[in-house]
Amino acid sequence: MSDFFTVSVLLATVAAGIRLAAPFLLAALGETLGQRSGVLNLGVEGVMLLGAYGAYYATLRTDSVLLGILVGLAVGAFMGVVYGVVTLALKAEQGISGIGVFIFGLGLSDLLFQRQVGTPTPIDGLRDWEVPLLGGLPWIGEVLFHQNVLVYAAFLLVPVLWYLIYRTPFGMNVRAVGETPEAADSLGVSVNGTRYLTILIGNSMAGLAGAALALELGIFQQNLTNGHGFIAIALVYFGAWRPAGVMAGSLVFGLVSATVLQWKTLGIVAGTTASIVGMFPAVLTILVLVIVSRRTGAPSALTRPFERGR
Amino acid sequence: MIVVAPAGKGGMLLEMEGITKQFPGVLANDRVDFDVRSGEVHTLLGENGAGKSTLMKVLYGLYPADAGEIRLRGEPAAIGSPSDAIEHGIGMIHQHFMLVPTLTVAENVALGLPTGSRVRQDLRPVRKRIRELSDAYGLQMDPEAYIWQLAVGERQRVEIMKAIYRDVSLLILDEPTSVLTPSEVDDLFVTLRRMTDDGRGLVFISHKLREVMSLSDRITVLRGGRVTGRTVPDETSREDLAHMMVGREVRLAPSRIEVETGEVRLSMSGLNVAGDRGAPAVIDLDLAVRGGEIVGIAGVSGNGQRELAEALAGLRPVESGKAAMGGADTTDMTPKEIRRLGVSYIPEERMRDGAIGDFSVAENLILVDYDSPPMSRRGFLDFKEIEEGCSDLVERFTVKTPSLDTPTSHLSGGNIQKLIIARELSSDPAVLIASQPTRGVDIGAAEYIHSVLMERRAQGTAILLISEDLDEVIGLSDRIAVMFEGRIMGVLDKEEATVGHLGLLMAGVADDAA
Ligand SMILES: Nc1ncnc2c1ncn2[C@@H]1O[C@H](COP(=O)(O)OP(=O)(O)OP(=O)(O)O)[C@@H](O)[C@H]1O
Ligand SMILES: [Mg+2]
Repeated sequence: MSDFFTVSVLLATVAAGIRLAAPFLLAALGETLGQRSGVLNLGVEGVMLLGAYGAYYATLRTDSVLLGILVGLAVGAFMGVVYGVVTLALKAEQGISGIGVFIFGLGLSDLLFQRQVGTPTPIDGLRDWEVPLLGGLPWIGEVLFHQNVLVYAAFLLVPVLWYLIYRTPFGMNVRAVGETPEAADSLGVSVNGTRYLTILIGNSMAGLAGAALALELGIFQQNLTNGHGFIAIALVYFGAWRPAGVMAGSLVFGLVSATVLQWKTLGIVAGTTASIVGMFPAVLTILVLVIVSRRTGAPSALTRPFERGR
Repeated sequence: MIVVAPAGKGGMLLEMEGITKQFPGVLANDRVDFDVRSGEVHTLLGENGAGKSTLMKVLYGLYPADAGEIRLRGEPAAIGSPSDAIEHGIGMIHQHFMLVPTLTVAENVALGLPTGSRVRQDLRPVRKRIRELSDAYGLQMDPEAYIWQLAVGERQRVEIMKAIYRDVSLLILDEPTSVLTPSEVDDLFVTLRRMTDDGRGLVFISHKLREVMSLSDRITVLRGGRVTGRTVPDETSREDLAHMMVGREVRLAPSRIEVETGEVRLSMSGLNVAGDRGAPAVIDLDLAVRGGEIVGIAGVSGNGQRELAEALAGLRPVESGKAAMGGADTTDMTPKEIRRLGVSYIPEERMRDGAIGDFSVAENLILVDYDSPPMSRRGFLDFKEIEEGCSDLVERFTVKTPSLDTPTSHLSGGNIQKLIIARELSSDPAVLIASQPTRGVDIGAAEYIHSVLMERRAQGTAILLISEDLDEVIGLSDRIAVMFEGRIMGVLDKEEATVGHLGLLMAGVADDAA
C-alpha cells in the first residue's frame, strides 16, 4: 500500500482519473441536455460504440486523428437524426427505442470491425498536449495540463453547456419543453423542434465520447465501451441534471477507476481480490443511485412524447 | 409578427362561422357562429362538455376544425398552430394553467419571444416591461419569483401578463376565475376592463352567473355543441341564463329540511398540520361535526383549508392534536384505513388527486371500491355489476362521456370533476369531506350535487364542506366556521351568517373586535 502513497504515484493516479473521466463527462453532458428537454436516450452506449469505431477506422485509414474526431461526431449526429425520427416523429417508446439503439450499435460496430479490420490493429491515437505556461506549474501542471485535447474539450464543455441551458433563449426553451411542453407549445415554442436539436447535440457528444475512448486507447475491439454509456446515464441522475453535478460525478468515477487500475499495476491487489475491487465503480454507481434516488430536479416531462391538444 | 392594427372601438375583430368539430363519439361543435368586437367582453356560456373550450382551442390553433371559417378583421385567417394564433394577435388563458413551474415569472413571460440575441438571453428589458405593465394594469407580481413559489391567484396574474405583454388584440379567458377568491376576481375584472378600454376584445368563459352578468357585454349560450341562445345582460337574469344552458328550470338555492342531528361523527381537537414548505398551515383547530349536519368552512383559499382536508383524509401527517371519525382515532391512519371507516373525500385538486387520466371512465368510477363486492368477487372484477353501477352514476351526475371506456383525459374539465364527485358520493358515507365540490362544474350539475349533499345530510352523514363560494356555504351549512391563517376565526349558526359578517371574519377580523 505504501507504494501507492508516494507523490508521483498519487499525481499520476489523479491525472489518469481525470483522463478516464472525460468520456463519461462528454456522454453524460449530452444526455443531460437531452433529458432536460424531456427525452431519455438509453442508447448512449450504442452511439458511443459506433462513434468509437468510426473514429478508430477513419484514423486507421488516414492517420489523421482530427478526421477521426470529426467522424466520431458525425456518426453521433447521424444516430441523433435516427433517434429523433423514431421517438419524435414516430413517437416510439423512448426506453425501448434506446435499448434498440444500444443493441444496434453493439452489433454494427462489431460487424464493421470484423469485416473492415479483422484483427486488432493499434493506431496512433491522441497525444497529450502540454498547455504552455500552465503545464509547467508544479503538481497541478502535471495533473491538469498534460492531457489530450478531448479531455480539455470535455471539461470546457461544462461551462459551455451550463451557459447554453441557463443563459440562452434556446436553453430556456429546452427547460420549458422538458418541464411543461403544453405551456411551451401554447406560446409558439416548437416542442419537437427543440427536442430534435437536443437529441442531435446529445448524440453528437455521445459519438465524440466514443471517439475519445478509442483514440485515447488507440485500439478498437468488440464492446470497447464496456458500459461507459450506461454509467453516463446514471451520472446524469447523480448530477441532478446540472452540468457541474455531472462533472463531479464523472470525476468521482474516473478517480475510482484510476485508483483500481493503479492498485492492479502495483500489485496491491491481485487475483480474485483484483476482480472484486474491479467491481468498485459499478457498485459505486448503484450506491450513488440509491442515495440520490429522490430524483429531485428531474424534468417533469421526461420520456413523455408531446401531442398537441391532449 | 403580423400584429393586427388596433381597430376603432366596436369594430369587428373576430368572426367564426359554421365551426364544426367532431371527436370520436362526440360532436363537440356543430356549425357554431361566434364573433367578437373590439372593446367588448363576449361571454361563452354552457354546461360542462357543451363545447366551449373546443371552440376556443380551434381558434387558438390547438385543434383543426372539420368545417367552418375564421375571419380576423374581415380577412380570412388560417390558424394551424398556436404560433399562427399568436402572430394574429390572439392570446389564450387556458382552463388549466400553462406555466412552467421551474422557470421564473419573467422567463415564463418571455418564453417563445426573442429576448436579447440568439446566444445571449437578456431578461432585463422583460423584467422592466413587466413592472411597467404591472402598474398600468394593476397586476402585482415579482418578475424574479419562480412559478412554483406562487399561489394560484398570482399564477393567474402571470397568465394575464403573458397576454398583455404580447399586446394581444383578442384574449380568450377559459374559466379564469374558477380558482380565484372573490376579491381576486374583483381585481381581475378591473384589469380586464382596462384591457377592453384599450380596444381589445375578450372572450370570457365562466360557470358563475353573477360574474357573467356583471362582466359581459354580450352572451352566447352553447348546449351540446350548438348555439342555443344569444343575449345581453340587461335583457336576461341568472335564472334565464341557467334555463338556456340546461334546457330546464334550475333552482339556484337548494331546499332544506329540518334534520335531527345525531352523535359526533367527525372531530378535531388541537389539530396542527404543516404546509408544503413546513410552515404551520393549520393551528390548534377544534371542530366537531355531528351526523345529519353540514358544517361549512368558509375562507379565502390558502388559509389552511387544503391542508386540513388532506390531514383528515390521511394524505398529510398531523403534527399534533387529534382527529377522530366514527369513534375511531384517525390521527395516524392511512387513507385506506380511513376510507374503511366510511369516510369519503372530494379533493380540491381533483385533476391531480382525484382521477387517473389514462384510466377509462368506468375504471375511475370504481377506483375506490374495486376490491370489494359488488364490484369484485374473490379477486375478480365483476364487469356486469361494474357496468350497471357506472352507467347509473354517469346518468345521475350527468357526466358527459361517449362511453364508459373513454379515457378520462378526453372528457371536458367539468365532466372530470363530476366523475370524481359521483364516485365519492355514490357510497353511503358516514363522514364526507368535500373540498370545493362545485368548482368548475356547471349550474345543472351544481344543483344536483347540492341536492345530493342535502340528501346525505338527511340520511345522517356528517359533512364537512370546504368552499370559497359564500352562496354555497350559506345555502347548505347548518353551521359555518371561518378559517383565516390556519385558525378558526369564529363559528356562526346558519341564522346569524350573513355575507357581510363572514366577509369580515374571512379578512381576519375577530368577532369580539367587530
Ligand atoms: N381531445 C379530445 N378527445 C376526445 N373528446 C374530446 C376531446 N376534447 C374534448 N372532447 C369532448 O368534446 C366535448 C366538448 O368538450 P369541451 O372541453 O369543449 O367542453 P367545455 O364546454 O369546455 O366544458 P367544461 O365546462 O367542462 O370545461 C366533450 O364531450 C368532451 O368529452
Ligand atoms: Mg372547458
